[in-house]
Amino acid sequence: MITPKRFHFFPGIAAALLGLILLCGCETEHPFIKKTAFKGVREIVVSFAGPVEEGWASTAANFRIYEKTDPDIPLKIVRTGLSADGTTLTLVFDEDLNQKQPHVLAVTGIRSEGKPVGDALVSVKKLYAGYVFSILIGAMIINNFVFTKYLGLCVFFGTSKRKSTAVGMGVTFTIVMVVSAMMSWALYQFILKPFSLNFLQIVVFIGMVSLSVQAVDTILRKVNPALFKAFGVYLVLVIANCVIIAVPLLLADNEYNAIESLALAIGAGVGFFIALFLMSSVRERLELADVPPTFRGLPIAFVLGGLFALAFMGFSGMSIF
Amino acid sequence: MPATTKTSSQLVLDGILNENPIFRLALSMCPAVGISTTIMNGLLLGVAVLFVQVFSSCTIAAVKNFIHPRIRIPTYTLTIATWVTVIDLVLAAYVPGAYKQMGIFVKLIVAFAIITMRLETFACRNAVSPSFWDALGMGLGFMFGMVSIGFVRELLGQGTLLGFDVLGCQPLLFFALPAAGFFCVGIMMAIFNYVELVYNRRKAKNR
Repeated sequence: MITPKRFHFFPGIAAALLGLILLCGCETEHPFIKKTAFKGVREIVVSFAGPVEEGWASTAANFRIYEKTDPDIPLKIVRTGLSADGTTLTLVFDEDLNQKQPHVLAVTGIRSEGKPVGDALVSVKKLYAGYVFSILIGAMIINNFVFTKYLGLCVFFGTSKRKSTAVGMGVTFTIVMVVSAMMSWALYQFILKPFSLNFLQIVVFIGMVSLSVQAVDTILRKVNPALFKAFGVYLVLVIANCVIIAVPLLLADNEYNAIESLALAIGAGVGFFIALFLMSSVRERLELADVPPTFRGLPIAFVLGGLFALAFMGFSGMSIF
Repeated sequence: MPATTKTSSQLVLDGILNENPIFRLALSMCPAVGISTTIMNGLLLGVAVLFVQVFSSCTIAAVKNFIHPRIRIPTYTLTIATWVTVIDLVLAAYVPGAYKQMGIFVKLIVAFAIITMRLETFACRNAVSPSFWDALGMGLGFMFGMVSIGFVRELLGQGTLLGFDVLGCQPLLFFALPAAGFFCVGIMMAIFNYVELVYNRRKAKNR
């Protein structure tokens, strides 16, 4: 079984990930623009690396801002305000901003101390670490893939009879999920999208999943034979799980970046684990119950799944941050 | 398993009743729960699965002698993925409204266990024509399952059939909720089990 000693590196990885997420929260995509943030309900604050010219900054036409999902609808800027030292610019809008959505700000012809600095395209997000965290929790609980999206049911009902099986499947699934989602993400962003090969999504992603299952199998066999002995049998089952192919498709649809993709993949894996564990705990007790013969086995498991789905409906519409 | 000796009508009937993919084999449950809210949805996804199943089965049956046994699973997967891409693009072009409602499920046909399983257990051991009938039976069985769940859920949840108002009273909102899909599938499986139980009992009595 799992000993704490074997998993002592997990906290280290978690801390490194958290650090990475926090680090990315402060960065923007342009060297001259240091920080972008929402302020109040209808203001956006942009901080520059140096002072910008008053005349340039007061022209609203130099700024174009839209929600990332609707690039055709620019938001209307009422006025702009530059701070006394010229490094902080406040944009005021005529309507309240939907701060759950990431916004994109296009700045043209920045002028600083008489020199042109060029154009910039930066995103404005509400507390980036919080945004990533909400994707993670969203995939894990609020939009749990099994109970609210109804994916991966074959494997879910197949491996939730025993708690030990459920744990094995959950851990294996999470590992393969993260590996294959990140590889598919990279392939989509750097090969499929630049060459307009979007119609190949399904073929490429399913190939990527089989490949990563094979890769995890080979690596685990060599690196940690004990772990392979415990979890190897579940690797084959992973490929028959719809979730593993649904996540790369969702990543491609939503145009997530690397960190958001990682959050969604981990969320999906852990969410599947949670669902399996809950279900197996109940099904172990069910063996002692007096179930009518026609309902024995799968039918009663489905009714149980329905009860869980009803319970998980309680999370729907919840939003974090 | 050697090549089948069943006739074509037997193969089709087996797929619909004895080996119904949803109620008997309990494979491909995700769409049965997820999008069986109306008959139309069930029918459309059923058609898509039928298409993919028939074409992949025929393709594999035709080229089975050229596939090395060791790489057969990846070959199956890629064949299915190709046909899924075809039906995905066709549906997106010709029925965009319904396609949007089915969402990601059309693309997910590629991960449906039923299709791979039929290729592995049937198409790679039989000629093209029995494989075609077997695939047709499986596809029709899947469609039958989807439509029957859709029938129950649409009637009770929205009070309509194929969009026409037939119930004439307040429908039960519960059945329109996605969670009810689990209950419907569970209860219909139990009904199938019950019918089998009664049938076997009667057969034993007559003997």
